[in-house]
Amino acid sequence: MSCTVTMTVNGKAVTREVEERTLLVTFLREHLGLTGTHVGCDTSQCGACVVHVDGRSVKSCTMLAVQADGTSVTTIEGLAAADGTLHPMQAAFREHHGLQCGFCTPGMVMSAVDLANTHPNLTEADVREGLEGNICRCTGYHNIVKAVMAGAEAMKSGTTQKVAAE
Amino acid sequence: MYAFEYRRPTSLAEAVSILGQSEEGKILAGGQTLLPTLKQRLAQPTELIDLSRVPELKGIREDGDSLFIGAFARHAEVASGDLVRQRIPALAALAGEIGDRQVRNLGTLGGSIANADPAADYPAAVVGLKAVVKTDRREISCDDFFTGLFETALEPGELIVGVRFARPEKAGYAKFRNPASRYAMVGVFVAKFGNEVRVAVTGAGGSVFRVPEMEAALAKDFRPEAVAGIAVPADGLNGDMHGSAEYRAHLVTVMAKRAVESCG
Amino acid sequence: MATATGIGASVRRREDQRFLTGRGTYTDDINRPHQTHAVMLRSPHAHARIRGIDTSAALKAPGVIAVLTGADMAADNVNGLPCGWLIHNKDGSPMKEPPHWPLARDRVRYVGDQLAVVIAETREQAKDAAELVEVDYEELPPVASIRAALADNAPAVHDDVPGNVCYDWHLGDKAAVDAAFAQAAHVTTIDLVNQRLVPNAMEPRAAVGEYDAATGDHTLTTTSQNPHVIRLLMGAFVLGIPEHKLRVVAPDVGGGFGSKIFHYAEEAIVTWAARKVGRPVKWTAERAESFLTDAHGRDHLTHAELALDKDGHFLALRVATQANMGAYLSTFATSIPTYLYATLLAGQYKTPAIYAEVKAVFTTTAPVDAYRGAGRPEACYLIERLVEKAAHEMGIDKTEIRRRNFIPADAMPYQTPVALQYDTGDFAKNLDLALPAVDYAGFAARKAESAKRGKLRGIGFATYIEACGIAPSNVAGALGARAGLYESAEVRFHPTGSVTVFTGSHSHGQGHETTFAQIVAERFGVPIENVEIVHGDTAKVPFGMGTYGSRSLAVGGSAIVKAMDKVERKAKKIAAHLMEAAEADIEVKDGRFTVAGTDKSVGIGDIALAAYVPHNYPLDELEPGLDEQAFYDPKNFTYPNGCHVCEVEIDPDTGVVKVERFSAVDDFGRVINPLIVEGQVHGGLVQGIGQALYEHCVYDEDSGQLLTGSYMDYCMPRADDVPSFEVNWHEDQPCTHNPLGVKGCGEAGTIGAAAAVMNAVVDALSEHGVTHLDMPATPERVWRAIRQNRPAMAAE
Repeated sequence: MSCTVTMTVNGKAVTREVEERTLLVTFLREHLGLTGTHVGCDTSQCGACVVHVDGRSVKSCTMLAVQADGTSVTTIEGLAAADGTLHPMQAAFREHHGLQCGFCTPGMVMSAVDLANTHPNLTEADVREGLEGNICRCTGYHNIVKAVMAGAEAMKSGTTQKVAAE
Repeated sequence: MYAFEYRRPTSLAEAVSILGQSEEGKILAGGQTLLPTLKQRLAQPTELIDLSRVPELKGIREDGDSLFIGAFARHAEVASGDLVRQRIPALAALAGEIGDRQVRNLGTLGGSIANADPAADYPAAVVGLKAVVKTDRREISCDDFFTGLFETALEPGELIVGVRFARPEKAGYAKFRNPASRYAMVGVFVAKFGNEVRVAVTGAGGSVFRVPEMEAALAKDFRPEAVAGIAVPADGLNGDMHGSAEYRAHLVTVMAKRAVESCG
Repeated sequence: MATATGIGASVRRREDQRFLTGRGTYTDDINRPHQTHAVMLRSPHAHARIRGIDTSAALKAPGVIAVLTGADMAADNVNGLPCGWLIHNKDGSPMKEPPHWPLARDRVRYVGDQLAVVIAETREQAKDAAELVEVDYEELPPVASIRAALADNAPAVHDDVPGNVCYDWHLGDKAAVDAAFAQAAHVTTIDLVNQRLVPNAMEPRAAVGEYDAATGDHTLTTTSQNPHVIRLLMGAFVLGIPEHKLRVVAPDVGGGFGSKIFHYAEEAIVTWAARKVGRPVKWTAERAESFLTDAHGRDHLTHAELALDKDGHFLALRVATQANMGAYLSTFATSIPTYLYATLLAGQYKTPAIYAEVKAVFTTTAPVDAYRGAGRPEACYLIERLVEKAAHEMGIDKTEIRRRNFIPADAMPYQTPVALQYDTGDFAKNLDLALPAVDYAGFAARKAESAKRGKLRGIGFATYIEACGIAPSNVAGALGARAGLYESAEVRFHPTGSVTVFTGSHSHGQGHETTFAQIVAERFGVPIENVEIVHGDTAKVPFGMGTYGSRSLAVGGSAIVKAMDKVERKAKKIAAHLMEAAEADIEVKDGRFTVAGTDKSVGIGDIALAAYVPHNYPLDELEPGLDEQAFYDPKNFTYPNGCHVCEVEIDPDTGVVKVERFSAVDDFGRVINPLIVEGQVHGGLVQGIGQALYEHCVYDEDSGQLLTGSYMDYCMPRADDVPSFEVNWHEDQPCTHNPLGVKGCGEAGTIGAAAAVMNAVVDALSEHGVTHLDMPATPERVWRAIRQNRPAMAAE
């Protein structure tokens, strides 16, 4: 059984015929080729699949594509500017070495952006609690927390991080 | 996930009608429990009936002295909604501790209580706050609603429309979460309504339950010390590798104390 | 020379742009034209005989292309998965090495053991069809733990392995140890469990097999830490494909921690099946499969005794360990509890006599192999628990007992009684640096303040030393390794002066694309953006042993240096020619080749151009081109070491342990990129804290089912479970035997952390009479320990 879904993904309107049991993450990865969103578990816990649906972070492995019909979806591919300039949160992750293998990173960054959007003054405790739905095995979270604090500040001030040596 | 037919009614009447005609249909609310279940192929519904476009299930409003919360209210709405935070802050706080941010952005009140997971948070608030569950056909008292492990008083084809929570004088929730899943290993909701006190426990047993001895003690003396010496028996409580029944029984007392402390 | 991008600079990672924008290429991101999807049919039983497999219904299901079983593999003469390290028993006989078929043939031996593969047009179709495969199982009794395996009349996991013992091995001088114990003033004894863990790299394993019938070329894309090793093992031992017809690619890999070193069945299955079905075959694990089938880590039971004189000097150490191998021998399984464990039992101490016995057993559980630290965390945990227990029993301060026993820096190089020769290390200095960082002096006041709030506070130390930079091939070979353990590199200057470096190391989070480029940029004065690091493809990189055991920089980096030495030697000759000078007069600095005593010089870019456009070039003496390859075989292990200190606070009402502060002081030798090193330590620490407080892989004793098969039950540390860390190091004890002076930093955090945390937990609980607690220190375990107020929580 298939159905038609239409949504805006990273600013572009898309319409596809999909099986009804298609998960949003499968739709993004397999149907649209947006492989930046990852699948790290089957129980909605790791957060590697986090995207924004109408501006709120959700786990795209725990939502059907058809549930996102008519919404606006932003994935990690839609965060940086068209010229490749990183979003302040992405830039902060780079500056503070908030990623190692990179697998949890897209979900982590998308969660962090939502967190910063909804919390005006993040403390370290807020960040740690706010990221409980995202598991990272590499970083020990230390630098992720630093990055999110800095990224949130940069989002507020509207400045991008200085581009470091290289 | 097995294949199914997806339905998206746009009114309560349509939803009830589809559900009534469906063979093995399942309600899709927030999907935060249902979809992982389907992904593991532990259920094989013929239809999924998505309630996200049913207007009657939405909204949070005052209803006399009570607070009415639509079945489709997402946990995040309950956690951050001004009305809930002003009227029953303990309920907002409880909703803010369910799952994680992403789960809270999708999961719903109705979905949670209909599923009646023994480790869910909401049942403690529903029972603790003398809530009434409004369905498409009747109203069910909270004390009658949860009937067992993953079981409720809902009849086949019956849909939750919303929940009416009584507004307490004071209320507090203390949760000891399972370190892995972060569900409630023990969660205790305490609410004071004049001379009446309710103590509702989730996570510890097969279903949410009240502790009359604690309620009586707190009715006399609403301080943490009043419950500190009251133990619940371990018999019949849940036990697993994360916590034995004995440990959970102990935590009920500790969390009850902390719930009272949190009332300020 | 310190530059913004050279050695010692915290260069921001070059790989981050693609990872941060969703442009990484992990194996599951790859889709090939005409690709099919494989789903493994896995045993639901811990132990069963396969009486029959009926695939007929599955074959008729929509979209199904093939359903293949162990019988099909047998018909194609597919062999078992090999074990890479032969261990000998005490009596000199070889270990038991039962076959490990990629698809089980007559028997399944753990829940998750694969016995058929279903290949279909889509993954969902393959899953649908897999449910239609009918298997007739005759259930056999499970053997779910070490204890069960060694019980009298235990069921045999393999018919030809009596008593389920894979090997019974020993190391050290038993007689000397016995003699020392006879003289001891005090003996400290401990029984402990080093519990089984699941590595849990966030990227689940995946593999894509391809076959080109026109050329006979096979390609495997896989989530591997060492694609060349997979090519060797799978090509030569399992499928019989010669190396020149088999390409193995490990693209971006989402974490490994050891679990992606090994050659897994699914790699062989998709490679073999792609040829059988004539189309690419892709398999990606679901997390549930990862829990069931990724090689697990640790899983030891140990009894140990430390003999001390009246002043707390260590006289001898006696250790008896039982180690779980799981159902089959994974690639390096046998070496972990032997040569990577018992050889580290001296730790940082001058214990004169050590004797260790290790008995490895088969059980009906997933295979166990290297997991971050691999043997060394187990050794560190054992030693450091013993040391703090001894200090407590003898009333000696826990820092003082360590000082009395440290191998002094001036005793280096130091031969331990368990085979290793440490080259450098200043252990007292590590401790000296750690103490102010944690305000050890102020601990008593903090403990009193906690007590006022009804909380228990404890402080614990762990000193560790690890053998990394694995390994001198001749030494490893003498100990049973079936492969060399060198590394290769190729440094290719291009005509216009940019550089491509091919390395046999593999980066799956370690940042080699940055660190290795820093080394090359600094050496030749080339802008770092003109240096490209290529890894993870057997068609591009000459050879490689891969990344594990904190070896990439120490061994792989050294191979790059060796290749650069060759480039420089040749460049010198070219420079001499270009400047019409004698080669002996050419001086090299930062990529400039100067005629000594003159202002005549030429840069590496000009030399590269001359090498590729050899118009003015000594063609009769020198080949054109500037492209050199090197293999580096280490002369010794490297010995990173350090001192970790943890302070915890415990809520006695609930048993919850909170890590309040954690300080690590490490000696990694020379540090190339401090930002990356710090990140490695952070990550390692949380894996160690995870073992101490949260993680535990549990099989049900009765059914053999995995009880912790998802993140609902296997507790992964999350951001709000851990604090920020204080990480420091010193660089004045560089490695003496590799050209970079580096020791390695990848595993250190994990090795020290678990012991430091548990020592802190036991310290906090000591006022309740607790002298030992097994990991993980879950709330209930801690609560019970407090409540029961008894000397020791027995091992479960």
